[in-house]
Amino acid sequence: MENATGQARGEAIVEIDRLQVEYRPKGLRQAAKMALRGISLSVHRGEVFGFLGPNGAGKTTTMQVLLGFTPPTGGTARLFGVDVRKPIARQRIGYLPELTYYYKFLTAEELLRFYACLFGLSRAEADRRIDGLLRLVELEGVRKKAIRHFSKGMQQRIGLAQALINDPEVLLLDEPTSGLDPLGRMKVRQIIQRLKQEGKTVFFSSHELGEVETVCDHVAILMDGMVKAQGTVGELTANHGQSLEQAFLKIIGYAPREVA
Amino acid sequence: MSKVLAIAMVGIKELVRRKDFYVLFILTALITLLLGSINFFNEDHIARYLKEVCLLLIWVAMLVMAVVTAARQLPSELEGKTIFPLLAKPVSRVEVLLGKFAGCWLACGLALLVFYLFFAVLSASREQTLPLASYVQAFWLHWVMLAIVTAMTLWGSLLLSAPSSNATIVLIISIGILLVGQHLNKVAVQLSGLTGVVTAAVYYAIPHLEFYDMRSVIIHNWGTQPWGIIALATLYGACYTAVLLLGGWLAFRRKVLNP
Repeated sequence: MENATGQARGEAIVEIDRLQVEYRPKGLRQAAKMALRGISLSVHRGEVFGFLGPNGAGKTTTMQVLLGFTPPTGGTARLFGVDVRKPIARQRIGYLPELTYYYKFLTAEELLRFYACLFGLSRAEADRRIDGLLRLVELEGVRKKAIRHFSKGMQQRIGLAQALINDPEVLLLDEPTSGLDPLGRMKVRQIIQRLKQEGKTVFFSSHELGEVETVCDHVAILMDGMVKAQGTVGELTANHGQSLEQAFLKIIGYAPREVA
Repeated sequence: MSKVLAIAMVGIKELVRRKDFYVLFILTALITLLLGSINFFNEDHIARYLKEVCLLLIWVAMLVMAVVTAARQLPSELEGKTIFPLLAKPVSRVEVLLGKFAGCWLACGLALLVFYLFFAVLSASREQTLPLASYVQAFWLHWVMLAIVTAMTLWGSLLLSAPSSNATIVLIISIGILLVGQHLNKVAVQLSGLTGVVTAAVYYAIPHLEFYDMRSVIIHNWGTQPWGIIALATLYGACYTAVLLLGGWLAFRRKVLNP
């Protein structure tokens, strides 16, 4: 498969085909809500794929479907060719949620060991990976400290470490730099760059357009549960505006009003 | 299996670090020691009285501990959203449910063991005898009963959103079964029509937790019960636990999770 610039794309790792998600109403007066309206996209091996869209566009719902939290009401979603509803589809992925949802009573090392166990890693392999990851996210010195004592940035970094515990081929990152200070953002961005250099596939949603422009190969822009545009950053800026921000605003149909 | 055990171990670590058990144990030990130190009955009966009070406290403490612990397992995962990084791993929902059950049950087993050891020491110091086999049987049946209660609470936690409501309802059901469960069939015979049929149906449907209560056997030193009966009671408890866990899985399987 080739993109518009003629570059060959690798094997499709994430395949989403006419995916629909409809939330059923909880009460009689509520209407059903279409969160995703038949989106199709694919993420190929070694790509860093940015998933953009305003709040409520359907980014998180797409992530939820890929992780098996939400069942699709139409279409299909596959990871490595396996239906996302099967737990085995998650054997080779790493997931970093937007906020830090970890067992606060565990220490950093215990948390990573627990997740390593869920992936069936041997003790020796788990030890090796825990040491390497704590070094990577610069938390070696606090490995025996309970996570409840960590700052938000440290919690986000331990989150990144747990997402990498199985040496995943694909990383799903849900707004990985959300709420971090500039230093924390830079560190996370450096780690993503490093993963990109290692040939990992990264699929991440973000509001930080500058960050997307810096690290992403491909971008999809989502609006009202539909993919409005997708392509390389170069293609989007060439077709819709001078910068990614301009292209994004144009694609989502934002028209700024003059302030009186 | 290793995934279920890993989830169970996290549950046990949480319980140990939350220190609920220590509070219950210290309270039970204090009340028992206090009552034991006051000799307001004649010496012949004090040992029996002490055993009765101590066992009652252990039963109440363990029932509260099992229900309260199991009631918050899945709701706290959902509320704290720790369920999302967990389910993002190659772990199925049935493994999560079994892990939570195993964690609660094992933790309750550890706590129960400490309680029974305390009881054995206290009882032996008064009576100068240690009927170990009876204590082992009583401990085992008590633990099997806690498996049924834990499974019931986990299922309830998936149907009722508030852990406190679930805990209250399960405690009422459990205490109700313990107190009146064995008499329901006699009541059913005396009732006519649909009410009698319903009461009889309830009698046969409920897990008879009173089967697992060996307090009288220990208090009155009635000796060891036939091991075949213990095995049958274990099988009965395992069947009920499996059915309750199946109910929990059916409720959890289709539950929509929204981060």
